[in-house]
This record gives sequence, structure tokens and C-alpha cells, in this order.
Amino acid sequence: MAGPMKMRATLAGGGTAAAHTDVRVLMTHPMTTAQSGQALHFIQNITVKQNGKTVIEAEISQAVSRNPVFSFRLKGGAKGDKIEVSWLDNKGETNKIETAVA
Amino acid sequence: MTRRSLLAVLGLLLAKPLSVLAAWNEQAFGAKTTADALKGIGASAPSPSKDIVIDAPQIAENGAVVPIEISSSIPGTSAIAVVIEKNPFPLAGRFEFKEGALPFVKLNVKMGETSDVRVVAFAGGKQFSATREIKVTIGGCGG
Repeated sequence: MAGPMKMRATLAGGGTAAAHTDVRVLMTHPMTTAQSGQALHFIQNITVKQNGKTVIEAEISQAVSRNPVFSFRLKGGAKGDKIEVSWLDNKGETNKIETAVA
Repeated sequence: MTRRSLLAVLGLLLAKPLSVLAAWNEQAFGAKTTADALKGIGASAPSPSKDIVIDAPQIAENGAVVPIEISSSIPGTSAIAVVIEKNPFPLAGRFEFKEGALPFVKLNVKMGETSDVRVVAFAGGKQFSATREIKVTIGGCGG
């Protein structure tokens, strides 16, 4: 079963004017392949938004490991920026998480 | 309203929810060879580049979770694709970096066996690639 997500967004190097924002996100998802003998069930699309604006759009396959963990980097950034990550799988299930940059 | 135009309207209504869903490149992800996967993402003949950095273990003991960190210093990199050449379906992902994102991604992938991992970077309408071999002791496609 697809479950909760966890995310952490931090400014690289600390301070208020960082070079970039590190985004680390965990998605609870079986990511089953056809080879496993189970029904194919995997995340296909991931969207990353920074303050409501789409900054990364990804398409992935069943080759991504179970309970996917991704790290992304966004240009600049400031404390309190809102980062949202959402996913959509091949069965139409979806989930999202929002956090403020710490 | 003719029957044909009614059908056309119904067709549009039915097609609408699908268009709301994000796109997924079925042709490229369904490809069973690296050549077809590269063709599917519009990168049939990428130029070799040393400006793509692939950071991954030389030997992955567990093919179910192989960490790969990728970055491109090619100016104007707008997307990066990961192709695991010997996997049953080689294309593992394609990441589009819009204004505000750096061309960097770290992810965990499954690898069925020892394989070259090819990373394709898209920049300014051109395609570049770099490969790195990752040896796998226990395959991970059953997960």
C-alpha cells in the first residue's frame, strides 16, 4: 500500500542567503515490478514545487526502489520557502507533502 | 446535433480527465533495449560528455537499492534521464529541471544484474551522455 511521505528541505551551508536548497523526500510506495509476480504498481510522475511554482517534473519507472527516496537541489532559496512534492502512480493513486524550508 | 458530433463531444469529455494526469512516456519506458529507450526520449545519438557526474558504488551488494547521484555542469541542462542498460526496461527515469532547479538528482534504483548506467543530459536542444558500470552481486528486480 502506498502510505505517508516525509520531507526535509534545508538551506545548503546555512545562513539566510544559501547557494541552494536541498530537498530530500521519502515516499512510501511498494514500487512493484512485473518480474516480482505481483501486480505492476509504481509511481510514474513526481512534481516538485517551490512557493507554488513547478521547478522539477519527473517521470519514473518501476526500476526505482521500493519506498523511493529522492534528493533534489533548488537554486537559492530562503527560510520559510514552501516546498511541495506530489506523486501519481500507474493506478491513479496520488499523494503530496508540503514543508517549509528550515 | 448529429450523432457524429455528439460522439465527438462525448469523446472530448472522456478524454479530459486523462489530460489532467501528468504525461508518462509509455513508448520510452516500455522499450526493452537501450537503443529504443534512447530513441523514445529523443536522444538516439548523444555526444559523450565529461561534464555529467555519476556518483554510485562500484559494486552494489543489493541490486534492489542502488544509490545513484547525478549532476550535470553542462550549461543550460534542462533534463536528465537515467538508463540502466541491462534492465528488462532500461529507462528508469527522466527529470525535467525548470527555472529554479539545479540539474541534480539522487535516487535509488533496482538493477537486475551488472550493467552500464547511462545518464543522458539535455541542454540547448542537444543530448549528451556519460556511462558508468555498476557491478551487482545480488539482482534486485524481484522487489
